[in-house]
Amino acid sequence: MSAQSSLSPQDRRAALRALRQRKLVAFLFVAPLLVFLFLSFVAPIASMLFRSVYEPTVAELIPETLDAMSDWDGEELPDERIMNQFALELKKLANDRTSGRLAGEVNRSLPGTSSVIQSTARRLRAVDDAELSQSGAELLMKANKRWGDVEIWRTIESTGQPYSFTNYLTALDLEQARDGSIQARDGPKIYVDLYTKTLRIALTITLLTLLLGYPLSYFLASLRDSTANLLLVFVLLPFWTSLLVRTTSWIAMLQSGGVVNSILIGLGVINEPLELLYTEFATVIAMTHILLPFMILPLYSVMKGIDPSFMRAAMSMGAKPWAAFLRIYLPMSLPGLSAGALLVFIISVGYYITPALVGGTDGQMISNLIAFHMQQSNNWGLAAALGSILLAVILLLYWTYDRFVGTKSLSFG
Amino acid sequence: MKSKLPAYYTVWHYLNHYGLRLTALLVLMFLMLPILVIIPLSFNAEPFFSFSSGMLALDPQAYSIRWYQEIFTDLRWTLAIQNSFMIGIAAALLATVLGTVAAVGLASDVMPCKRLITALLISPMIVPLIIVAAGMFFFYTRFNLVATYTGLIIAHAALGVPFVIITVTATLSGFDRSLYNAAVGMGASPVRAFWQIVVPLIRPGVISGGLFAFVTSFDEVVVVLFLAGPLQRTIPRQMFSGLREQINPSILAVATLLILVSIALLVTVELLRRRSERIRGEQF
Repeated sequence: MSAQSSLSPQDRRAALRALRQRKLVAFLFVAPLLVFLFLSFVAPIASMLFRSVYEPTVAELIPETLDAMSDWDGEELPDERIMNQFALELKKLANDRTSGRLAGEVNRSLPGTSSVIQSTARRLRAVDDAELSQSGAELLMKANKRWGDVEIWRTIESTGQPYSFTNYLTALDLEQARDGSIQARDGPKIYVDLYTKTLRIALTITLLTLLLGYPLSYFLASLRDSTANLLLVFVLLPFWTSLLVRTTSWIAMLQSGGVVNSILIGLGVINEPLELLYTEFATVIAMTHILLPFMILPLYSVMKGIDPSFMRAAMSMGAKPWAAFLRIYLPMSLPGLSAGALLVFIISVGYYITPALVGGTDGQMISNLIAFHMQQSNNWGLAAALGSILLAVILLLYWTYDRFVGTKSLSFG
Repeated sequence: MKSKLPAYYTVWHYLNHYGLRLTALLVLMFLMLPILVIIPLSFNAEPFFSFSSGMLALDPQAYSIRWYQEIFTDLRWTLAIQNSFMIGIAAALLATVLGTVAAVGLASDVMPCKRLITALLISPMIVPLIIVAAGMFFFYTRFNLVATYTGLIIAHAALGVPFVIITVTATLSGFDRSLYNAAVGMGASPVRAFWQIVVPLIRPGVISGGLFAFVTSFDEVVVVLFLAGPLQRTIPRQMFSGLREQINPSILAVATLLILVSIALLVTVELLRRRSERIRGEQF
């Protein structure tokens, strides 16, 4: 403070200006990358998050009907005016060959309606517009008696809302009841169960890497540098080896005629080959192998900094080796342990490739379901909602990691 | 070895000591064996992923290099190899240039919002690839970047950036700023001082950052699955479909070659690390 007060106002202003300029220069260095990442990475993810709440397809297909529905109470069947309007628009969709999209969207919320909409659309295709605006409602009823069911109209209205949280409710196995309250959906909790399973698998992998990585790191840290560096190659080589190579090797190891089964049969432990591949076990063991270096490297770098004389001091003062280890060494190795554990957990929660290749139906994780909804069922809104929840979990973990460990501790090689 | 152990050691001490060694050995085997198994299997004469009885009996007839011949004659593999190198090199160059410049800015002591910006720049490494891939697929479609080389190079560069940031920042943390100040003080322009003083000193870090970015692209498959068309298939993408659709042993030959690539990379990075340490050591 005293140094600052001794400056003249002009000097202070000049110093502040110089500081601002240096800040600006520093920022200008970072700016190109920020712009690049914003366009290539942040915006895509943001647009995906947006898609989870924004679904304009139905609103674009039948705008007039939805407009007419705005004062409908949803209790009884919509009046003739609304139905006529819908018949008109459905005919238009049929002629534009876009009625299938409407059918698909509505069917997603109310299964079984796709054929109702499609067959009706086909029958209305040749009907005159004037006739539709007069007696469209009758023609709908004649085409399919499901149009007399108020449920299908309610579904059309609700899927017509461009903004909704329906995808999130589905992703959490919830649904919105007619009175607006939110309740658990009937049937098995598909998505919540899969999230729980994903977290359970990730936790198992983290514990296994810890169980395998801790003694090895401890051993490596106790060696002379030259020996340790030599043995570290056996950790670094798998780390540098392609993920797909390692997944391939686990397929070769675990399949029914594979290395593990051959050895077990050769040793006489089993008579029939075990079903090891395409199970949850395969996912866990392959991912443990793939992520083990992420546990060993931070643990080793922390353990190398622990002075062995602390342990010797504790033992020379009468502590049993195990007591010395638990009370002296373990607490000192905690930073490496938490860094490794959080890193492994974060990476494994979002894993896709290995479960997809070795997991079969049992060993799938949440990422695989997101890919399924993206590529096979084409339910992009739900995929986006599931992805957003996963992203929220990861960011929370990353925030914890950054807070307690700091990204500085990330190093490779 | 036994003679080195302290004389006061009891049976329990010995058990602990050798138990730890045994555990460490087993873990090292767990790390290495699955990789080593690939290499002999790639010379299998039969079209399977397992050791034939002939191979175990060391019968020369049971071994062949047919899978290696296949990858260098099959057009899908040769295209995939070309693509992997082309996309990987382009993405690594882009990531290295942008990442190095940004790391220099981040190393400045007056950088505003340093923590937040670092977290943002590192985030491509943290966000699950499936989310990145899905988001890019939606977004890149609008700019006609799906099924193009440009789209994949941009996507892979974004994924490689964190590695460049981390390695270059680590090199810069040992960088003595007064060298740059001295050059500027003696009349060099900031750009010239940057190129002639800063760049040579941080070069090992930059090169290993670039190598990491290359490996990230070279090994990446999730984004490729979503963004690439048939013409942009890379080695991992080809392996993925090979493992999924019908297990073809030419994958084992590719895998063996990739193991050789990773050994080469490991050696290079280690040499760079030593060089970087030496340069830093010379300053003090």
